[in-house]
Amino acid sequence: MSGLSPFERFNTAPAASGLYDPARDKDACGLAMVATLRGTAGHDIIDTALTALRNLEHRGAVGSDEGTGDGAGIITQMPDRFFRAVTNFVLPAAGEYGAGLVFLEDDADSRTFEASFAKLAEELSLKLLSLRVVPTDDSVLGDLAKTAMPQIVQVFVGSTNGATGDEFERALYLLRRKSERSLKVYHPSLSAKTIVYKGMVTTLQLEPFYPDLSDERFESKLALVHSRFSTNTFPSWPLAHPFRMIAHNGEINTVKGNRNWMRAREARLSSELHKDLEALKPVITPGGSDSASFDEVLELLVLSGRSLPHAMMMMIPEAWEKQTDMSLQLREFYEYHSMLMEPWDGPAAVIFTDGSLVGATLDRNGLRPGRYIVTEDGLVILASEIGVVDIDPSRIVRKGRLQPGRMFLADTATGRLIDDEEIKAEIAASEPWGQWLKDNRINLKDLPDREHVAHTKNSVSRRQRTFGYTEEDLRMLVAPMARTGAEPLGAMGSDTPIAALSEKPRLLFDYFVQQFAQVTNPPLDSIREEIVTSLSVGIGPEQNLLDATPEHARMVILDFPVISNDELSKIKYSEDAGIGKSHVVKGLYRVDEGEEALAERLREICLELDEAVASGCNFIVVSDRDSNRELAPIPSLLLTSAVHHHLIRAGNRTKVGLVVEAGDVREVHHVAALIGYGAAAINPYLAMESVELMVRNGTIQGITVEHATKNLIKGLGKGVLKIMSKMGISTVSSYSGAQCFEAIGLSQEFVDAYFTGTTSQLGGIGLEVIAAEIASRHSSAYPVERATRPHEELEVGGEYQWRREGPPHLFNPETVFKLQHATRTKRFDIFREYSKLVDDQAERLMTLRGLFMLREGVRPAVSISEVEPASEIVKRFSTGAMSYGSISPEAHETLAIAMNNLGAKSNTGEGGEDVERLLDPARRSSIKQVASGRFGVTSMYLTHADDIQIKMAQGAKPGEGGQLPPNKVYPWIAATRHSTPGVGLISPPPHHDIYSIEDLKQLIFDLKRANSKARIHVKLVSQVGIGTVAAGVAKAKADVILVSGHDGGTGASPLNSLKHAGTPWELGLAEAQQTLMVNGLRDRVSVQVDGQMKTGRDVMIAALLGAEEFGFATAPLVVSGCVMMRVCHLDTCPVGVATQNPDLRARFTGQAEHVENFFMFLAEEVREYLASLGFRSLDEAIGHSELLDANRAISHWKADGLDLTPILAAPAPNAGPLRRFTFQDHQLAEHFDHQLIAASIKALEDAQPVSISLPITNTAQAVGTMLGHEVTKRYGVEGLAEATIDIHVSGAAGQSFGAFIPKGIKLTLSGDSNDYVGKGLSGGYIVVKPADSSVYPADQNVIAGNVIGYGATSGSMFISGIVGERFLVRNSGATAVVEGVGDHALEYMTGGVAVILGKTGRNLAAGMSGGYAFIYKLRADHVNHSALTDGEIDLLPLSEFDASALKTLLQKHVEETGSKLAAKLLQNFETNVKDFTKVLPRDYARVLEIQREATQAGEALDSPKIWSRILEVSSRG
Amino acid sequence: MADPRGFLKVTERETAKRRPIEVRIKDWREVYEDHDPAVLKQQAGRCMDCGIAFCHQGCPLGNLIPEWNDLTWRQDGRAAIERLHATNNFPEFTGKLCPAPCESSCVLGINQPPVTIKEIEASIIDQAFDRGWVEAHAPERMTGKTVAVVGSGPAGLAAAQQLTRAGHTVAVYEKDDRIGGLLRYGIPDFKMEKYHIDRRLEQMSAEGTRFRPGVAIGSELSWDELFRRYEAVLIATGSSRPRDLKIEGRDLEGVHFAMEYLTQSNRVVAGDSVIDQIVATGKKVIILGGGDTGADCLGTATRQGAESVTTLAIGFQPPAERQENQPWPTFPNLFEVASAHEEFGERKYLANTVRFIGVDGKVTGVEVAETEVIDGRRVAKAGTEQIIEADLVLLALGFTGPEGEIEIGDARVERDEKTNLSRSDKYATNIDGVFVAGDAGRGQSLIVWAIAEGRAAAAAIDEYLEGTTMLPAPVKPSEIGMHA
Repeated sequence: MSGLSPFERFNTAPAASGLYDPARDKDACGLAMVATLRGTAGHDIIDTALTALRNLEHRGAVGSDEGTGDGAGIITQMPDRFFRAVTNFVLPAAGEYGAGLVFLEDDADSRTFEASFAKLAEELSLKLLSLRVVPTDDSVLGDLAKTAMPQIVQVFVGSTNGATGDEFERALYLLRRKSERSLKVYHPSLSAKTIVYKGMVTTLQLEPFYPDLSDERFESKLALVHSRFSTNTFPSWPLAHPFRMIAHNGEINTVKGNRNWMRAREARLSSELHKDLEALKPVITPGGSDSASFDEVLELLVLSGRSLPHAMMMMIPEAWEKQTDMSLQLREFYEYHSMLMEPWDGPAAVIFTDGSLVGATLDRNGLRPGRYIVTEDGLVILASEIGVVDIDPSRIVRKGRLQPGRMFLADTATGRLIDDEEIKAEIAASEPWGQWLKDNRINLKDLPDREHVAHTKNSVSRRQRTFGYTEEDLRMLVAPMARTGAEPLGAMGSDTPIAALSEKPRLLFDYFVQQFAQVTNPPLDSIREEIVTSLSVGIGPEQNLLDATPEHARMVILDFPVISNDELSKIKYSEDAGIGKSHVVKGLYRVDEGEEALAERLREICLELDEAVASGCNFIVVSDRDSNRELAPIPSLLLTSAVHHHLIRAGNRTKVGLVVEAGDVREVHHVAALIGYGAAAINPYLAMESVELMVRNGTIQGITVEHATKNLIKGLGKGVLKIMSKMGISTVSSYSGAQCFEAIGLSQEFVDAYFTGTTSQLGGIGLEVIAAEIASRHSSAYPVERATRPHEELEVGGEYQWRREGPPHLFNPETVFKLQHATRTKRFDIFREYSKLVDDQAERLMTLRGLFMLREGVRPAVSISEVEPASEIVKRFSTGAMSYGSISPEAHETLAIAMNNLGAKSNTGEGGEDVERLLDPARRSSIKQVASGRFGVTSMYLTHADDIQIKMAQGAKPGEGGQLPPNKVYPWIAATRHSTPGVGLISPPPHHDIYSIEDLKQLIFDLKRANSKARIHVKLVSQVGIGTVAAGVAKAKADVILVSGHDGGTGASPLNSLKHAGTPWELGLAEAQQTLMVNGLRDRVSVQVDGQMKTGRDVMIAALLGAEEFGFATAPLVVSGCVMMRVCHLDTCPVGVATQNPDLRARFTGQAEHVENFFMFLAEEVREYLASLGFRSLDEAIGHSELLDANRAISHWKADGLDLTPILAAPAPNAGPLRRFTFQDHQLAEHFDHQLIAASIKALEDAQPVSISLPITNTAQAVGTMLGHEVTKRYGVEGLAEATIDIHVSGAAGQSFGAFIPKGIKLTLSGDSNDYVGKGLSGGYIVVKPADSSVYPADQNVIAGNVIGYGATSGSMFISGIVGERFLVRNSGATAVVEGVGDHALEYMTGGVAVILGKTGRNLAAGMSGGYAFIYKLRADHVNHSALTDGEIDLLPLSEFDASALKTLLQKHVEETGSKLAAKLLQNFETNVKDFTKVLPRDYARVLEIQREATQAGEALDSPKIWSRILEVSSRG
Repeated sequence: MADPRGFLKVTERETAKRRPIEVRIKDWREVYEDHDPAVLKQQAGRCMDCGIAFCHQGCPLGNLIPEWNDLTWRQDGRAAIERLHATNNFPEFTGKLCPAPCESSCVLGINQPPVTIKEIEASIIDQAFDRGWVEAHAPERMTGKTVAVVGSGPAGLAAAQQLTRAGHTVAVYEKDDRIGGLLRYGIPDFKMEKYHIDRRLEQMSAEGTRFRPGVAIGSELSWDELFRRYEAVLIATGSSRPRDLKIEGRDLEGVHFAMEYLTQSNRVVAGDSVIDQIVATGKKVIILGGGDTGADCLGTATRQGAESVTTLAIGFQPPAERQENQPWPTFPNLFEVASAHEEFGERKYLANTVRFIGVDGKVTGVEVAETEVIDGRRVAKAGTEQIIEADLVLLALGFTGPEGEIEIGDARVERDEKTNLSRSDKYATNIDGVFVAGDAGRGQSLIVWAIAEGRAAAAAIDEYLEGTTMLPAPVKPSEIGMHA
């Protein structure tokens, strides 16, 4: 094991095999920080921290081995008194010796270690004073932890040259790095200031495992603790937090790029402070987690002279780019530092310490929770949750929360809290950053314009052929972007072969698929939360990271990553503009010399670059212009990545800015890929020239050339922003080089050479085939005989719409016709013809599964009569989640009726379900989906579910939200969704209550309490790493894991998502199955798969790869009449399937019987396969991947190179269960609500009022939810009379307080609450007020966490205090009063009322389309900018009617909470009311007005006449 | 597609009007009035630009129908003809003569009248010729290889144009005195005036295709001889052997094959004189066969001034709507009213011809009985016989395959069980270098299949000669239209 980096040791993870790779582990967690301002250390701090840790247990996780935790740890100040007591040698004075734990492999290791370490120390003028064996008690550990447990010793190191302070610290740092590198041990820490104790333990085991921690003499003024939730079950000892300076909750999405850039910067590092900088490199140790890498860089920055807060501000800058209320100085600080380092971006709460300062910060999005309290005696407690330590409310003087981008800082030396503003102002003033910028920074737009060059038609079309443009590319992608400035939408998924299987030459871009955020981190909302994003990037040479000089600001600033020809000219001619030298690299090679010439040219280019850099060049422009008959262009992505990686390897990358001039770029995916592989900016010259031509020849009309080109650039750039946000990344500078892609169908050798660090799971083609593909395109541009195809300017295409000359589609005229005909006439013979057309891919390969053969004869075949009947098999089938709204009521019910008749399952989709259908056994959908919009998710809806499906991502557009345009929100749809007719509905990209794995665990917990009988599904989309996510989801206690292929999906989606995000289900399913098995988790979850499943063979292959259940969406729709128009988003479906238009719905011809025929036919086919494979039931077959043969001889020129064996490399059959055999232990019996239910019997049985009083702690989560379920079960949609069950609790409530509670339940909490109070509130009543004994002013303190009232549909909340970010997101009907809110409040609200009596954060009312709010002293600049400027929202004075409504609510607020603030406002209400603003969405107001008039006129609200009036106003804009 | 809601706004189909009957039967000119650009735009705007364009599949040529519908909607005729010519050498022929399987498979047709695809096609090429957008595309360099195409119908001409453009030297042989095959002498002018052929031939000549009319291969020039002069030979002689009805009285004077009658009429209309022309003037005419050829005979007889015309069909009258066994998007057998049917005559169905009756060796009538189906065969139902008077009887009963044997050296081109010439997947006959395309290989079919086969065979020949080809191959010999 000695070859491994220390991070890769001390864990039990098996080596990578098949698709399982332990390196894909992700984590998230809970954390806490405790400090005292009293100036003296004490053991009480340790105690308090460990108590907090224990109360965070529910945020961590345990794996298959119940005793093994994912990791926990603590960092404290050096416990000098304790060490003096337990050591028997002479310790130097405090601060003059360093100490730290060491993880050693075994006894032998420890013997050699001592001598070697001592020798290393000597070389650095240090001395090993002594080694102490750390007492541990391994009896508390789980088996896995014990197996991996290292020998744990403690070293004490002194100085031999009198070094103290930072100098001594740096010497210890160097010693530790050297020791880790050369002795292959792991040092949790080695410092004179702090010490870390950690390990693969649970939160409860940490203290008993390290008895040191219980010692009263172990004292500190500060302590940071952390509890880890790792996605796989093989956590490791070194990867437990805290690290040397931080503990982290969240994930760094950009870590790949950060690591690459850090490595690139190493060449330029220099500092006089470090004795041996070389020995510190690489700064980032391979094998570490994202948090470990972050810690290593932070440590370097701090030990090189920056203060800890300063370094944190560099690494996690707040969103400064669009901030109007930030001081200029601070903005300048951030801008200057953006030239030194890109943000480490991702959902992150980081707590940090250098031994005296202790603090915490949140990333710009603020997606992790953090709450703090300060007591009168100077105790500071900050944690992921409030209530982790029981503190008498009367001692508390201040409560607050971490805010996006803000820093919370305590100085234990001076004994004071330092405000965010104070510390930042101080750092911002430390150098004249602004002056440096002004003197050096160059804005590209300020440079003089150059003459525009226009190109002729012949030139353009020749080059279009060179780069493989098709007519379809121009028609479907380029022209729409030029017309509208936005990427076009498509629908119904993708059913063409992936590039690796395609017969046609494909662009290299097509071999790369986008990764996206899923479960472990959230996608961002780049539209509604644009305020935190930035597309601007600086290019040019970077300077020494460890220094800060005016020179550092000498960069060219581009506002947008896509640049016009004219802007590129400015960079090309940079010397003329006096901004430095540029060098243009010609990416062309002699095409007839093939692969060799291509490889050679790439080598030449690299040499050329070395010279260019050596001669002082600042900008590299890689260009594929000027190809001709002999010279073909190198694919721009290959060129860019090859150059980028070469520059990194040569240590030159940060010396130059990299700009790409690319002819092949024409869609957003292309731009994203180039940026992802290192480009700073892209000039898609040919796409722009194509647009120019289309405007000139009239294809694009009504727009000027300039405007059209601008639109194209805008469309491409904005599209990239969306792709970044799918990955959870906010700024282009951190997306650049982050390589958030995986390759499919490229050989590992090729990827390693040119796309280092990219995953390519199946191997595939290399330069040879790429050269052949280039040559093929090239020959069509320079044909031997032009007259052979005189009328064909470009190839037709056919990727998006089926064309005969284009790629094959699984659904084509023949298969659609045969499927419809077979199911309508109940002809199995024709169905077989259909399946044969789909399955038989001997000639035209379409899917990965097309490459598999079923190995008959391995087991003796059985008679088909012995195989379980089709009626059993169909029970495993379900239809896909298509919302009532996206498809017509007729289509939706047809599917539901068919599935109910079969005993199978249909899915509501995310649009809710009408109560009358909900209760109709024939027409209900038994799977209820819970998606990010939470439309119609009520207690009633959940209570009547068989299965509840949490949609984390969908195949067609993983990482994106959904959208129902205004013209599809017909009155009946609006009613089901609790929204307003004619007002468009948007579901956010993330679930706002799931930003991490522990949040998902929470939602599963909540839903399980909302209906304990329902199975909880978690729907994931196939991508590399899905296995570890699936393992995490299994640990989060999902009952079913659904793996969706990238290609499915019926909804509307941007074309790039449809084609370029995610992977086929064959890969995702196999990886999930293998990883679940390796982790011993397979037997507790069911695995479901969907995505272009069409035939019995598809089902059989999925079963053999490990799926137990199977989903179908497009096929049953086709059976119901869908002809794949792919215009679902336009409401013009001509067959009445995907439309709400009554005239078109009348054309619907689908019948449940046809759908039933389809599934029965499928099941019959499955039975035949089972019989021939020798199985009597599907259960027997599940997971037997050894019966799949991937060695099928195929003569496909590309697929030849694919290696499918990883898909089949399941763990040995004896490695454990292949399918589900048991159930998750949901610990339902332990839920808090059992007390409530028991006390509510009278109410539940006889609707009699009851009153209950109980204490509560933060470990009680989803209080009231299970009780709510009991009420709804009995009293249905009406519930009970308000407050029939009147519950008073006091203390700190755990997460999801009052989630989904229905009418009749009233929860009153005196104390504090955490995140998600009133989640999905369904008529219930919630009051939160400070503890009676509290002394602080309620209206200035935080009383509830983030995302309060998310998805509430009705009910009331009165909260006396401030709440966190994203208050009332997606509220559609509840009324809430609160005394202050964080950022992004009222986002996506579609109904209900909000009253905010205090300050609001930024970005209020983004995407708000319904309901209204009364806000006291609203700052207009805090309202979402585009909502105001586009006129979506009106800010109005209160009418008399409004005023009286407000007054009533204020009175109620006083009555319920005793709010002093509300009482004060009421005192002089007539005056105060003038300070209130009403926030009102304009379309909503207009529609209500129409409805009001209609009611007065006695007209039906859902009449066509009213509907057309509604559409008129809502589309008027 | 510029207007996704076009099909909801314009729900009805509207095609160019036919000229008034009383006017049009007085001349031989085409029956249609000029296209109305406004109507065309509206109709083109009904195209839904389907995700799966079934029309594009329904058309054997793979015409890019949504593309040129859109371009017509945008009134970009120049781009439209490019897109149309990309898949179809002769849209003026198909635009007028094709029964339009594309329209049968139009998705709009599921529940609305389909888009008027055929007329849009015709309008695009008419406009292109009018504006001079149809240009010659001569190759830039010659391969030096020569190809003989035997037969100048749509298959032969399409193949010839493709091969010429690929740089081969192509000669088209035609046994008749004018180039065009069935197009020239089988189709009456009121359906397609012959200048359409002539101007297309002009283009082809300008590209370098050579035409050799009046040379009957097999008699005037032996197949052997021909084969020796060319690197490859394409047989595109059509399926010209008419189906006969060998019943009593078949030899009577006045009983003729339809094609004989039509050819003579067409020659006369073209200005030739025909000795002893078969004419319908003042006669009672009976046409056996309810297909297109029958309708062509009817229109011709009408214009010649027949006293009466009765068309007899042996089968049921087809329904006006699709039957269940012919679901969308298959090509259904529907009751059609061709322009000739509007003009004149009577149509009888289930009419089984028992014998021809004559006096003095001249036909005077036809004995007809009702059709009865026994064991799948259609026979005369005893006791239902009746006699219809007739002076002229025209047999329009279809064709049974190519005429004559083709022998080269010792070898003979093989035939399939239907007596069509057999060919491989690559249109090759059993004799190396000899290919077959169109009805000669496929049997009687549609003009659109003939053009598609001509194109595909050209690709096969080009590949045979050059090793590779850039020419498109829209159909395989074995391919047939979608059917239930």
